[in-house]
Amino acid sequence: MMIEIPPGWLLIAGAIIIAMSRGAVRQIATLGLPLLALVMIWTLPEGAGWQVRLLDYRLSPLEFTAVGKVFATVFALMAFVGGVFAMRTASRMELSAAFLYAGSAIGITSSGDLVTLFVYWEMMALGSTAVLIASGTARAYKASMRYLLMHAFGGFVLLAGIVWHAYTTGSIEFTKIEIQGPAQWLILIGFLVNVGAPPFSAWIADAYPEASPTGAVFLSAFTTKTAVFTLLVAFPGTGILIPLGCFMIFYGIIYALLENDSRRILSYSIVNQVGFMVTGIGIGTEMALNGAASHAFAHIIYKALLLMSAGAVLYQTGKSRCTDLGGLYQSMPLTTICGTIGALAISSFPFTSGFISKSMIAQSAAYEHITWVWFLLAAASAGVFLHAGIKYPWFVFFQKDSGLRPSDPPKHMQLAMVVLAFICIFLGVFPQPLYDILPYPVKYEPYTADHLVTQFQLLLFAGLAFFLLLPMMKRTETISLDLDWFYRKLFPGFYKMIAGFVSTIYSASYRFIVSQFPTSIRKFYTQHQGPKDYFHKLYHSETMVLCVVVMLASYLILFYF
Amino acid sequence: MDNLAVIQVLLPLLSAPLCLLFNKARLAWMIAVVVSWAALFVSLSLLVMVNDNGPIIYEQGGWPAPIGIVYHVDILTAFVLLIVTSIAAVVMPYAGKSVEKEIPVSKQPAFFSALLLCMAGLLGIVSTGDAFNVFVFLEISSLATYALLSQGKDRRSLTSTFQYLIMGTIGGTFILIGIGLIYMKTGTLNMADLADRLPAVFDSRTVHASFAFLTVGICLKLALFPLHLWLPNAYTYAPSVVTIFVAATSTKVAVYMLLRFSFTVFGVDLVFAKLPLTEVLLPLAIVGILVGSLAAIKQSNIKRMLAYSSVAQIGYMILGISFVSASGLTGGILHLFNHAIIKAALFMALGAVAYQIGSTHIDALKGLAKKMPWTFAGFAIGGLSIIGVPLTAGFVSKWYLVLAAIEKEWWIVVAVLLVGSLLAVIYIWRVVEVAYFQTADDESDIQVKEAPLQLLIPLWILVIANIYFGINTSLTVESASSAATMLLGANS
Repeated sequence: MMIEIPPGWLLIAGAIIIAMSRGAVRQIATLGLPLLALVMIWTLPEGAGWQVRLLDYRLSPLEFTAVGKVFATVFALMAFVGGVFAMRTASRMELSAAFLYAGSAIGITSSGDLVTLFVYWEMMALGSTAVLIASGTARAYKASMRYLLMHAFGGFVLLAGIVWHAYTTGSIEFTKIEIQGPAQWLILIGFLVNVGAPPFSAWIADAYPEASPTGAVFLSAFTTKTAVFTLLVAFPGTGILIPLGCFMIFYGIIYALLENDSRRILSYSIVNQVGFMVTGIGIGTEMALNGAASHAFAHIIYKALLLMSAGAVLYQTGKSRCTDLGGLYQSMPLTTICGTIGALAISSFPFTSGFISKSMIAQSAAYEHITWVWFLLAAASAGVFLHAGIKYPWFVFFQKDSGLRPSDPPKHMQLAMVVLAFICIFLGVFPQPLYDILPYPVKYEPYTADHLVTQFQLLLFAGLAFFLLLPMMKRTETISLDLDWFYRKLFPGFYKMIAGFVSTIYSASYRFIVSQFPTSIRKFYTQHQGPKDYFHKLYHSETMVLCVVVMLASYLILFYF
Repeated sequence: MDNLAVIQVLLPLLSAPLCLLFNKARLAWMIAVVVSWAALFVSLSLLVMVNDNGPIIYEQGGWPAPIGIVYHVDILTAFVLLIVTSIAAVVMPYAGKSVEKEIPVSKQPAFFSALLLCMAGLLGIVSTGDAFNVFVFLEISSLATYALLSQGKDRRSLTSTFQYLIMGTIGGTFILIGIGLIYMKTGTLNMADLADRLPAVFDSRTVHASFAFLTVGICLKLALFPLHLWLPNAYTYAPSVVTIFVAATSTKVAVYMLLRFSFTVFGVDLVFAKLPLTEVLLPLAIVGILVGSLAAIKQSNIKRMLAYSSVAQIGYMILGISFVSASGLTGGILHLFNHAIIKAALFMALGAVAYQIGSTHIDALKGLAKKMPWTFAGFAIGGLSIIGVPLTAGFVSKWYLVLAAIEKEWWIVVAVLLVGSLLAVIYIWRVVEVAYFQTADDESDIQVKEAPLQLLIPLWILVIANIYFGINTSLTVESASSAATMLLGANS
């Protein structure tokens, strides 16, 4: 009988092993541990496991639910395939950080309480920041700082929410949470930061494209999807999620259409796809939740495949902008095929994994008679085909000949892509294995004549639109302004303003106080002044004593009256 | 076994002259190490005894309270004693190597004797039950601290120490004036007697003035904004060992004095109900957190950066106190301990850097993490702890402070805690980024190696303590919360 440890711990231990070892041991750890975790996920029973005490609460780090297992499975799978993809090219630090990251993500799926969840949540933020920074470029350093601050903010909001929730309800159980007051709202906001909901959508496309070709694959898989998982468990059927999700869907489409950089296109497309899941969670029926879970599963696979193909191109050519690329199908046939399969899957092309998952969400909106959502989702499906389904492969692999003749990437990268491409098609043709592990029984049949016809029509017209509008679709070297402007430009400016404000107040009050002194003292006092800046000034003892006098006087006054 | 209370103080006090008498550098160091470990053992047994049997009262020379001086060890006392002695027990072994480079051999015996005196003074302040005795020990520890701070290699240490001497003396004098005024009013110096007699005369102006003097004097010692101006320079230019020890212990003991005087001597009902102490401390703590963190971001000398971060962290402790609630006080007292091990770890990592490259300027740290991986891994974990990442000690403090703010529904304070930890992310991450991800400008210092084990082992003891007390919180949280309950229940 295996010892019951949370499977996430295996990968976290793997992070340490990978950091410490080299050669064969490292490869065995990279490939073996995710598979072992996968086995453990399916041998462990559902329901509460052992518990441990922290602070005043009983923590339950090993409590799998059906939906937790779905996410844990795909996370472990991604750790494995991502490991294969990254094995020879990623730096030791990146691989190690990626395992910490994946391990914490799996940890969240087996968390039975909010405190355990929060611990993994913060570890995940650290692991992902390290993955990002491991790419080693100056842009990545700057992006990592913004990324870390965003997640530190989200983490703190979540912490405040959890503390408050625990204080008011006395429970830290991680299960469906009824929104009763600000505490639950804070928890929801904490989750929404990670899911990339407005106004926190910009960090995804700000950070992910700066990661290394291999790092972006890991980043795309875990953070947003664990947030989807937590929303799915804690806030199913919360109405506000429907408009938020719809906003994300269109936000992603519009920015992806405007974008030139292939990996930024795919990052915006993450927001778009997660929008579908968030909408599904907002609808909250059994079918919609099934749809959200299965769509998360399918999405992780094909988005990783897409980012692998974009990463392979970047790795081989050093370029990722659409305007620099084109015609790569001639020398990178395998990457082209795999990238195209990913693109078809994201567009819900029949017989790919996107077809059998996304339509569940739209269908549940129809069953619930939320007509406007159904229309938006249908329109968005066409939009997805435009930006990710055609635009990405067309500009990168086809269109004009850029003259580049890179070969296909190294064997291990090819292998990883083929595995994922296979899963995309397998799930599309045989959806039943996925349907079987979903949290609720599936009464949905994707392959009806009606559904097939609708989907083909939709794709056909979207494709037609793309090629008719091709001149407008051609990207120039532009940068789209996004909300990340606020924390790239506004907040540092704000910091400077506050610092300047403190300095000004300080020197003004200093001058005022000094000007009240008799001339003789003032002369002595102003003779030897150091730097004027508040933060760097070396103080004179007179100033310090003055502070003491002021403090004493104010205490006396306050205490007397 | 009650005399452990006095042995605690006597151990370092009596062994300090020994260092000078033998006048051998290595021997002095060994004495310091042995004494600090013995003191740690004593304070651990005290904590166990107090936990099991309640407060210990030791009458010196058998003279009962109003006449003789008593030592009074309750749970709070034992907890703070444990902070001081455990930091000393880790710092002293570290000092052996670190002092080699920073203090001339001829001065080392005197250096260690001053370090022991400083420790004796701090332990004395904590364990005595007599108000005037507090002042005596305060002067012992302060004088020793001045001597220690001035030993820095940078000559600016002299001016900054002189400034601290002025400020410290003013603070000490204020405390003395405060004690004098209540003595005048009540005719006793014993804390328990004072607590009995003060309520009767509490409405007099004299007592109010006395409390004002005491608070300002103590706040000066604990460097609460805006009386923190002496701290950054004093910490920056002092020898590494002194910075570690003083930063981790002496401000904590000052916070203890504030707790002791306001909660036990004057009484929580009088001070917080009749005088606007919360209204004074809370805004100062908030401004201290913000200004200290903002200033930390701007520093280019990392030692100075950590010093400013201490100003902010002191803000957290005072914030916890100013809640005057069980969870707030628990958070504040807990943070005494947690901040001690966090800051000691960070300053130790920096001390190791100073030992190897002789500088703590941010530009000198570029790419250093590759050459000194263990040192910077320690710094990074200490940094995570100060930010308050789960599984580190800092998280536990943050949890209780947030809880206290939510209980009181003081939203601004919750926001301040949020901003404070974001600012901590910035200033810690700045160092991590420079050390890990930038490359050194010139390759001449390529021969820089990892710090010696004598520095690394104490550092990692503290780093592991940071993780241990982030996971197993039973010792720290239980001590802090029973101390909080005791303080709140003391006079009601």
